[in-house]
Amino acid sequence: MTEVTQPALTIDALGKKCPIPIIMLAEQINYVPLNAVVAVLADDPAAYTDVPAWCRLKSHRHVGSYELPEGGWAIHVRRNY
Amino acid sequence: MSLVAYFDAASSEPLHPRAREALLAAVDVGWADPARLYGQARRAHLLLEQARTEVAEALGARPDEVSFTSSGTQAVHLGVLGTLHGRRRAGRHLVTGAVEHSSVLHAGQVHEREGGTVETVGVDLLGRVDLGRFAAAVARPGVALACLQSANHEVGTAQPVAAAAAACAEHGVPLLVDAAQTAGRMPVPPGWSVLTASAHKWGGPAGVGVLVVRKGTRFRSYLPEDERERRRVPGFENVPAIVAAAAALRASLAEAAAEQARLSALVDRIRETVPKIVPDVEVIGDPVDRAPHIVTFSCLYVDGEALLTELDKAGFAVSSGSSCTASTLRPSHVLEAMGVLTHGNVRVSLPRGAAAEEVDRFLAVLPDLVRRIRQDAGVA
Repeated sequence: MTEVTQPALTIDALGKKCPIPIIMLAEQINYVPLNAVVAVLADDPAAYTDVPAWCRLKSHRHVGSYELPEGGWAIHVRRNY
Repeated sequence: MSLVAYFDAASSEPLHPRAREALLAAVDVGWADPARLYGQARRAHLLLEQARTEVAEALGARPDEVSFTSSGTQAVHLGVLGTLHGRRRAGRHLVTGAVEHSSVLHAGQVHEREGGTVETVGVDLLGRVDLGRFAAAVARPGVALACLQSANHEVGTAQPVAAAAAACAEHGVPLLVDAAQTAGRMPVPPGWSVLTASAHKWGGPAGVGVLVVRKGTRFRSYLPEDERERRRVPGFENVPAIVAAAAALRASLAEAAAEQARLSALVDRIRETVPKIVPDVEVIGDPVDRAPHIVTFSCLYVDGEALLTELDKAGFAVSSGSSCTASTLRPSHVLEAMGVLTHGNVRVSLPRGAAAEEVDRFLAVLPDLVRRIRQDAGVA
């Protein structure tokens, strides 16, 4: 199994439709130190595409998306600035 | 200027005035069965074959290669499944791009259910198919058919059809080109074996699609055959609508050089202006190598349905690939495959005659609508 950095913050956006998970991520990414990881838990299929797209637009790093046993994903984002 | 600016030509182009005239005339004289031998029937037959000749000429085909279907979607379904059926001895493998119209993907699903295989080639951030992977995919043994659209229906990006066709030709694989978004606006790219298009996208009436099968391409109808349309499409042709479709295609092509360049300049204006006046927006697709009339952008932190509703109230008819606006709960497969923002998505597609003033009015109202939706969602 690959090494996954423990997130410094987990945002529970399960059951929330886009763009709400993205709004929550944008609000809270500055709560963690630089280079720390935020995990967004989401089950809206749009989030699977939109969180990495947000990272590209905002120059943060999409680390990976990991399937959750109960459905949805933990989408890991590293704060770059 | 009308009260509502219609910016959804990629869904359906308003009927061209030439098509309306042709339709009204043909309804009175082209109603009989073109397969019969009496006077009215011969008249209908003549109208049908004249329309076929005109459409063939406009698309760079021979009249006997052209069949009329009941829609662009049906043309794709019959084209994909009929070519696969005709070439089943050559193989059962279908290669397609990831951002093809859903009609291509749905036909592929039928093929898979019947034991065939489908390979979907991914696209880059602009929505353009990976040509190297496409060429490698058609080089493998057992490929019965490859499919590639002329330009994408949601983001406008043109596909590398000529190069893909060369790769297909090298390996004896027929290429089906779905030209629904460009027929009547741009020249048909060279190298296709099967070509499909839809009349209501070029200003003809709804209910007419075109399926062109190049001579020498193995084809066998997937549906029960009858004697109509060279056994490729079953059922009585809608002769008046076909006559109108041909008239619209000729008229659109005659105007295309000037009108499509004008629309393309308006698209450029939208592409350049939107990021300057709306913060946190991503304009999607190729800025240059694209269909002339389509532009798509996504606004961060904005609910696509709310934006469409506000634009509708402000007098703009546009569409969206965001999931909340679709019948499914998934966002558009095109935006997903590209990896671009799927929420807050707006597609503007300009019909013939779209006024520069309407585009300017759109650009004038958009920033405040986006700002208000963001404010309501609590985005600073």
